[in-house]
Amino acid sequence: MANLNSLGYSRPAASMLARGEPMVWLTGAGLVVGLLMVVSLVAFVFLRGAVTFWPATVLRAELTSGIVAQGEVTRTESFTPDASFLSALNAADRDRAEQEIKHGHGELKRRLVRIGNFEITGEHFMWVEDFRIAPGGEKYPEWLVVLERMSWGRFYGTPVAYLANGEVVADGPAAAWAAFEAGDRGEHAAEGLVLRLVTSGGQLSDIEVSEIVRGYRGNDLDWADKLSLYVSRWHEYLTAEPREANSEGGVFPAIFGTIVMTLGMTILVVPFGVMAALYLREYARQGWLTSVVRISINNLAGVPSIVFGVFGMGFFSYLVGGSIDAIFFADKLPNPTFGTGGIMWASLTLALLTLPVVIVATEEALAAVPSSMREGSFACGATKWQTIQRVVLPRALPGIMTGAILAMARGAGEVAPLMLVGAVKLAPELPLDMTFPFFHPERSFMHLGFHIYDLGFQSQNSEAAKPMVFTTTMLLMGIVLFLNAAAIWLRSRLTRKFSGSKF
Amino acid sequence: MEELQAPPAMDRLSALAAGTVVPAEIHPELQDEEMILEVADFNLSYGSKQVLFDVNLPVPRGKVTALIGPSGCGKSTLLRSVNRMNDLIDNVTITGDMSLGGDTVYGRGVDVIELRRRMGMVFQKSNPFPMSIRDNVTYALQINGERNRAVLNEVCETALRGAALWDEVHDRLDESALGMSGGQQQRLCIARAIAAEPEVLLMDEPCSALDPIATTRVEELILKLRGDYTVLIVTHNMQQASRVSDYTAFMYLGQVVEYGPTAKLFTNPLLKETEDYITGRFG
Repeated sequence: MANLNSLGYSRPAASMLARGEPMVWLTGAGLVVGLLMVVSLVAFVFLRGAVTFWPATVLRAELTSGIVAQGEVTRTESFTPDASFLSALNAADRDRAEQEIKHGHGELKRRLVRIGNFEITGEHFMWVEDFRIAPGGEKYPEWLVVLERMSWGRFYGTPVAYLANGEVVADGPAAAWAAFEAGDRGEHAAEGLVLRLVTSGGQLSDIEVSEIVRGYRGNDLDWADKLSLYVSRWHEYLTAEPREANSEGGVFPAIFGTIVMTLGMTILVVPFGVMAALYLREYARQGWLTSVVRISINNLAGVPSIVFGVFGMGFFSYLVGGSIDAIFFADKLPNPTFGTGGIMWASLTLALLTLPVVIVATEEALAAVPSSMREGSFACGATKWQTIQRVVLPRALPGIMTGAILAMARGAGEVAPLMLVGAVKLAPELPLDMTFPFFHPERSFMHLGFHIYDLGFQSQNSEAAKPMVFTTTMLLMGIVLFLNAAAIWLRSRLTRKFSGSKF
Repeated sequence: MEELQAPPAMDRLSALAAGTVVPAEIHPELQDEEMILEVADFNLSYGSKQVLFDVNLPVPRGKVTALIGPSGCGKSTLLRSVNRMNDLIDNVTITGDMSLGGDTVYGRGVDVIELRRRMGMVFQKSNPFPMSIRDNVTYALQINGERNRAVLNEVCETALRGAALWDEVHDRLDESALGMSGGQQQRLCIARAIAAEPEVLLMDEPCSALDPIATTRVEELILKLRGDYTVLIVTHNMQQASRVSDYTAFMYLGQVVEYGPTAKLFTNPLLKETEDYITGRFG
C-alpha cells in the first residue's frame, strides 16, 4: 500500500462526484443546449431570410381543366389527401391522383405558384397539384417575363408589343422586350410608354412602363443575372419605401426609425440611470430604504413591457403631449401634434423600460471600483464629487457601457409598447429630415419589430409577406448585432484607455 | 520541546490589555526637536470598541518617524486619523485633538478638504487612478483648480524626479498609469503624494505589497525625502523601521509604549517590553 498516511489509513480514491467530472459534463451540456437553440434559431431565420430575394423559376402549367397557371414556384410540398378531396375530383383526375398515391407512399405532390396579375385573377397564389397538369403541360417558356410593379403586385406574361403614345414601336416578344430593356423604367420612365403582354389566359394586358419597378425573363437568367437581380432587390429593400402593404419594396423608414428610436432611448436612459445609481451607491446612506429602492428597481425589470406602453401612452402621449398641444399647438386642435404617439414618446417609454438594466449595471460597476482608489483621491484633498467625476466614473465606465449595451439590445427588440406610443404600419416621413427643425420628435415612425408583426399577422397577402418576415427578422438581428458591436468596440477602446494593458 | 520562558514584564502588558492607560516612555532626545504634528490625548473607538487610548505623540519636522507594533495595535488607525480618513467610516467616536503646524485637526470649523491638501498619503496597496501618469501626479493640483499646463508639467517632473521615477517613465507620461509595474505604481503614488508639497507625508505600510527590489527602491526614496519632508510611516517590518527612520514609536493595544530615537530604541530601549517585541519574543 503506497498511499498510507501517518495514521496508517489508506487514502480512499476521490469519487467521481468529488472530482467534479459529472459537473463538467452537466455544465457543458447546459451550454451546448443553449447554444444549439440560439444557433438553430439564427440559422433558420438566416436560411429562410436570405433566399427571399433569389429569383425563382417561372412555371407555365397547363391543367387538364383548361386553366393555365403561370408564375414563380414559391413552395413545393407533399400532402396526404382525404376522401372528400378525392371524391370532389372528376373521374379522370381522380384516376391519376390515385395512380400517384399508389406510387408515392400515399402522398400527392403540389406546388404553390405565385400567379400574380391580381387585377385579372383576383388571387396572388394558386396551388397546382401535379396530377392536374395535362401531359406535357409543364413548361418553362423562354419569353415568360416577371414584372414587379408599383401596385397590384407582380405580373407574369409574355410580351407582344411595345407602345409609345398608343403606337406600336416594337412587335413580337424579342423586339418588345429589347425596347423595354433599352429604356428607363419606374419613375424615371417617360410618359406614354406601354408594354403589352399576353397573360396565361390569353388576354392582352397593357402595362405602363412607369409602373414597372423591375422586369426580367425568369427562365433566361444565368448565374450572374440572378446574382445581380438578388443584389438589386436587396438594395431596394434597404433603401426604398415599402409598397403593397409592406409586402413589396423596401424597409428603409423602418431601419431608420429603429436606429433613431434606439439611439434616442440610449441617450435618454444612460444619464438618468447613471445618476440614479450614483446617488443610490455613492451618496445615499445604505439601509433598509436603499434596499427597498433596489428591490423595487429590480422588480421594475419584471413588469410586462405592454404595461410600460400603456403608461407611456397615458402619461407621455396624452398627459404631457396633450398639455404641450394645448399650450403651443392650440390652433391645430383637435388634431394632435404631440398628443399622440411619436418617436420621442416611444424613446422615453423604452428608456423607462430599460432604466432598471442601466441602474443595476451601473451600481455593480460602481461597487467594483476599489475603495483604495476612492481613499487615494480623498487623501489628495478631493471632494466627493471630484472623486466620483475623476476617479470613480472613468473606472466604472466599461461597466456602465455594458449596461447601456444590454439596454440597447433590450430596447431594439421591443415591440409591444411601441404599438401604443407611435410605431405605425406606414410612415414614409422620417423623424429626421432636411426640413426645419430637422428633428421631428412628434412624428410617428416605422420600426422593424413592429414591421415583422405587421407582415406576419396583419398582411392581406400573407403568402407574399411570409418570406419578408424572415428577411426583416434577419435585418433586425443584424442591426442589433451592429449596434452592439459598435458599443462593444467603444467600450474596449475606453477600457484600454482607462485600465491600461497590464491587468 | 524547549520549555517556554515566562512572559516577561507581565504587569505593564496586562495593564495595557485591561485597557488601563499607561503613559508612554518618551526619550528626552525628542525635546530638542521642532514638532510639526502633535497628537494630544487622542482616543478613537469603532462603535463600542476602543482602538486608541490617550495617544500622545509629537512628530518632529523634517524627520522620518516610524510606528511599529503588532497587528491590530492601532498604528494604521492613528495614521489614518492624522488626515481624517476615518471620517469616511460610519460609527467612529473621537476625543482629543491633533495639531498640524499649530492648526487644530479635529477642532470646530476645520475644513477637512483643506486639511488633507496639506498632507500626502501613501497606502499599503498602490492605488494609481485610472488616468495618465501625468494626470496621476498632478491630481492634487488639478482638483485644486490649477490649469496652467506649464506649471503642471513642471510639478510633474519635479515630483517624478523626487520619487526616482522620472528616468523610467518620462517618455510615456500620457500613457495609463495602470500599465506600470507594482513597484513603479507605488513610487508613482509617492510622487502623487509629494507633488503638492505636503507638510507631512503619511505612509501606511508602503512596501508590504512589494518585492524586495522594489522595497529597496522605496526605502532609498524615503531616505532621500528625509529633511525635505516630514514622514510618518507605519510598518510591521522592524528592519525597515531601523533602516529608514530617525524616530520610532512602539505601539501596543492602542497605546504608545515607548517613543524615541530609532538607534536607541532598537539597541537600548528603556522598557523591557520594547526589547521583547523587537527581539521577537512576543507580538
